[in-house]
Amino acid sequence: MTKPWGLHPQVALRDEAFGALAYHYGTRRLVFLKSRPLVELVRSLGEHDSAAAAIDAIVDERERPSYETALARLATSEVIGVR
Amino acid sequence: MSVEKSGSLRDRFKLGLEAPICLTWELTYACNLACIHCLSSSGRRDPDELSTAEAKALIDEMARLQIFYVNIGGGEPMVRSDFFELIDHCVAKGVGVKFSTNGTRLTKEKAARLAATDYVDVQISIDGADAVTNDAIRGPGSFDAAITAMENLYEAGFGEFKISVVMTRQNIPQIDQFEAIAARYGAQLRLTRLRPSGRGADTWDELHPTQAQQRELYQWLLDRPGVLTGDSFFHLSALGDPLDGLNLCGAGRVVCLIDPVGDVYACPFVIHDDFKAGNVRSEGGFTTVWRESDLFTSLREPSSAGACASCGSYDACQGGCMAAKFFTGLPLDGPDPECVLGHGESALTSVPVTLRPAQGLDHSSRVPVRSGR
Repeated sequence: MTKPWGLHPQVALRDEAFGALAYHYGTRRLVFLKSRPLVELVRSLGEHDSAAAAIDAIVDERERPSYETALARLATSEVIGVR
Repeated sequence: MSVEKSGSLRDRFKLGLEAPICLTWELTYACNLACIHCLSSSGRRDPDELSTAEAKALIDEMARLQIFYVNIGGGEPMVRSDFFELIDHCVAKGVGVKFSTNGTRLTKEKAARLAATDYVDVQISIDGADAVTNDAIRGPGSFDAAITAMENLYEAGFGEFKISVVMTRQNIPQIDQFEAIAARYGAQLRLTRLRPSGRGADTWDELHPTQAQQRELYQWLLDRPGVLTGDSFFHLSALGDPLDGLNLCGAGRVVCLIDPVGDVYACPFVIHDDFKAGNVRSEGGFTTVWRESDLFTSLREPSSAGACASCGSYDACQGGCMAAKFFTGLPLDGPDPECVLGHGESALTSVPVTLRPAQGLDHSSRVPVRSGR
């Protein structure tokens, strides 16, 4: 969380009412981002020096753990990663 | 707002999406085989088929809609002379390709070309693990041709292609052999459900699995989450734990079909006027059909569980497959004809075969076809 993160270069996001679809052209896997704030956070990762800073800028402190979990899940599926 | 609204995704999908997740595009009704369960009653090319320019414009539209991949089928897509031109155009526009083929045209040369193309997945169809079982459905010589195509892909270093099998009463006993064939070629196995659609309507009674086989298949799939199913067996989820996937009829919600003449249907299994939403050649193109057609709008409205409302398994199976109900003459808000609890079988006895709806377009060849190059 202390490193600069961003959307994986082979991933495209498609906005949907529930959040977004993320498609990884390398692994050819589709991943669902299940809320609009999470999509906003993922899109903003590249503008911050660390994932933690991106979370600070958008997420309410009480909800922090759930967003960290969501980012970790997206990192596992290579939707996001260290820049 | 919570970050993960788990469990609600299926409900959101029921309301529809900006664009489909699973778009099937049948490039042609022409086919050099005449499989007895063909969903699209393919054989003869339709003279009104989309031209190369129209097909490319449609691909451009898919790219604008961020449709990340398209499932290409037919007919036999490789018989179109512009086949490679179209898949190259897809890839160039960021629309990945998964295409289904009978393998008869998949020579060593074409296998090498496919192996050199990124973002293309190939799916070779067989419906038996040996020539006798397979050719009874797909025609003489079709098993050997498919195996040759697999060898060609394997030798070309294509990587993990897919072997696609429609599950029937005759081939479910061979299910482990399909797994062995896939392992031999480093392929991934994909099993899908037989539908009473197209020529499948004429053969469904003889080919569809028995209840005992459905239970066997369910257990087999539960034990093998790596086997692909295209989410096609969600009616089996009423047997217990849900199978992998959305477990939802995606017709007009996350799924649709574009046929060779540009007609848009709710799913690949309902090529029938009742499920035709529009045509990509009309003003506004595919986007308007997907987002605004009356048919798709109605499919996204909450549906009634109908006769299934009192069944404790409705949440698991969602009443099953719309196409299977429609073409066997059952009400759409009742049980699937292959309901694992047997409700479909009893419903079927009240519908004489003669009262099943007629199929839509028929492009079957008028003369018997032989397989071969």
